[in-house]
Amino acid sequence: MLHKILEKRQLSYDKERDQSVYYYKVEAPEIARNRKAGQFIIFQIDEDYGERIPLTIADANANEGWIAVVFQTVGATTRRFSMNFNVGDNIPVLVGPLGRPTHIEKKDGAILCIGGGIGIAPLHPIVEANHAIGNKVITVIGARTKDLLFFEDEMRKASDELIIVTDDGSYCRKAVVTEPLKEVCEREKVSEIVSIGPAIMMKFCVAAARPFGVPITTSLNTIMIDGTGMCGCCRVKVGDQTKFVCVDGPEFNGYEVDFDNMMQRMTAFRDKEREADHKCRVGLDAGKKA
Amino acid sequence: MSEHKTTEILQEEAAKLWADLESKKSADVKLTPKDRTAIPPQEMPSRDPIKRAHEMGEVALGYTETQARVEAERCIQCPGAPCRKGCPVAVPIPEFISHIQKGDFKGAVDTIKQTNLLPAICGRVCPQEKQCQSFCTVGKMLKTPEKAVAIGRLERFVADWERANNQITVPTPAPETGKKVAVIGSGPAGLTVAADIRRAGHSVTVFEAFQKTGGVMVYGIPEFRLPKEIVAKEVENLKKMGVEFKTSFLVGRTETLEQLLDKEGYDAAFIGTGAGLPKFLGIEGENLIGVFSANEYLTRSNLMKAYDREHADTPLFEAKRVAVFGGGNVAMDGARTALRLGAEKVYCVYRRTRAEMPARAEEVAHAIEEGVDFHFLENPTKFIGDEKGKLTGVELLNYELGEPDASGRRKPVAIPGTEHVLEIDAAVVALGNESNPLMAQTTEGLNVTKRGNIIVDENQKTSIPRVWAGGDIVLGAATVILAMGEGRRAAASMNEYLAGK
Repeated sequence: MLHKILEKRQLSYDKERDQSVYYYKVEAPEIARNRKAGQFIIFQIDEDYGERIPLTIADANANEGWIAVVFQTVGATTRRFSMNFNVGDNIPVLVGPLGRPTHIEKKDGAILCIGGGIGIAPLHPIVEANHAIGNKVITVIGARTKDLLFFEDEMRKASDELIIVTDDGSYCRKAVVTEPLKEVCEREKVSEIVSIGPAIMMKFCVAAARPFGVPITTSLNTIMIDGTGMCGCCRVKVGDQTKFVCVDGPEFNGYEVDFDNMMQRMTAFRDKEREADHKCRVGLDAGKKA
Repeated sequence: MSEHKTTEILQEEAAKLWADLESKKSADVKLTPKDRTAIPPQEMPSRDPIKRAHEMGEVALGYTETQARVEAERCIQCPGAPCRKGCPVAVPIPEFISHIQKGDFKGAVDTIKQTNLLPAICGRVCPQEKQCQSFCTVGKMLKTPEKAVAIGRLERFVADWERANNQITVPTPAPETGKKVAVIGSGPAGLTVAADIRRAGHSVTVFEAFQKTGGVMVYGIPEFRLPKEIVAKEVENLKKMGVEFKTSFLVGRTETLEQLLDKEGYDAAFIGTGAGLPKFLGIEGENLIGVFSANEYLTRSNLMKAYDREHADTPLFEAKRVAVFGGGNVAMDGARTALRLGAEKVYCVYRRTRAEMPARAEEVAHAIEEGVDFHFLENPTKFIGDEKGKLTGVELLNYELGEPDASGRRKPVAIPGTEHVLEIDAAVVALGNESNPLMAQTTEGLNVTKRGNIIVDENQKTSIPRVWAGGDIVLGAATVILAMGEGRRAAASMNEYLAGK
């Protein structure tokens, strides 16, 4: 199956970390037809030696047969992907949709959707799906600084209310996402919170939601290999059980997730990842100069 | 441990025996069964254990032609062919050996292929000492199955001979019937079904979730035991027969089985999705950094090629002291992979003794030769980590063997108060798999057992019309050859169904 890149956009650039966020629209008719909110894909940039990277589907169109993914250039593979793959190129390996879809149902109160940083992308289909069935959707998107925000228009279109925060106050309100979380829960009836972003952000969202007793769903982005339940690399403690993010998740009841264990496990290969990223940057720079 | 003999030495020994046999033959002396059983069993040439423990290359090197000829002469062609009864796919064993005795290697491999399409693979990974060779009359006469005719090694020899000499003949399928079959999973069961159904003239598409075909033979069994090139060759032969492969296609998610049958026009389907979720021990500290399922550990190295540090993007977990838990083939693969990835000390912790190990005898022998340190009659009670969540050790408890349990093996019983700590920085859990729930979750009406294995009848038919299943998803974790056996049975029933449609 060929997965041609139909559109490529740089959504943001983080000067401090030299990381960018990209949007890729990719031909994938079967996945576009069958995917639901909350599901993800796995891709490789090389069939033989590439690593398998999971990305949540950020958008899709069944009629036109495409899906969209959004990713940050945090490591060697995503960096090379963004540099070497352009419109018209084919992605060598792409499998999906993986994981269980988000459970979407009509609720009395509002659905409070919170996306932080790159987590804004996977939140988008969930906002859309809730909006589509007539739930009141209040969306909060946040980032460290203005340049790192994206999908503002898309989110506004599918939300009853959109709250934007930045850590440094460079755009809209200066706050972290837990502040609007508390305010909205104090202000009105919230039936469910959906929080997607860095593990530490989700952990704090869970802590902020707890006093209100509102159910909170979090979407986990652990390391994966096969993504079909075969390897157990993505396992995480949920309640007193070990769960596999790829087949039992990626979404779990935030109150039950052991975020500390998850954050630890995500560092398992950090030295190697840093080394590979460094080599990749050096290589890319050398390429640029040549 | 006996001294390692090089291929040259083994060849020299075989050549002497062969010269002797030749002279008897030329003098028209008929070899009696006594003459035949007096021929010493031919040892499998292998790489030097000290060197090979740090290389990915195949360990068992295969018989030389002379060795194969000598070994074949050990078969007495006894009536009744008891060996054949020990084979899950009933390979005509005495017939293929008799072809080798005549020097007709092509005839031998074609004879095997009447019932077993993957002899190069089965010759390497079948537990022959528990199957065909355990029934061998020669082994019985010599009072030890270890001296049985080396059927597996002969099978491998003729399959390798065929490949090396470009003698592979691809079967010509029957005229196109216009019927379409979906095979889910490209492991041993799926490939067998694909071949048998394609031969009958139906069109076949094999769906594989991974980027590479071969299933467990590619992600699980390491290169040093089964070179990936051999698996690729078998898939290539199926492609030559017209079988289509779709990789990175996860049936159940990319499209459901129902969609394939109702919308995509497949007339029948076979589910061969294999063993699924890895089992863990359910003990404290299991989610520490450095604790891996064997599936993850092996997949990183085999499928993702992480052992090739130069080229692969998938990182390896660098560990100096590795403990593998379990006593099966997967545990042996894990332990021997750990050595090759640079571990200085590799332990294999098993709660029974060597006699009860389910692993293939040759794999255990190879692991011992390579320096794996076996801790028998021990079992972990908890994993110990540091403040960063990294594994630093495992607490073990000693066991003794009690009365036989349901499996007929003596049951290991814990000895209280014998807790002790083994310092390790990586642990590989190889205790088998539970079935992957995906097909059952996404296929309405598919009946599974409490453990999630698909329920089939004697023809491998599932509870859904037009759908058959086989291999590990039915059996739980088993072997390549048993999966193939199920595949053959399913394919026969599917072909019958398709013919009558």
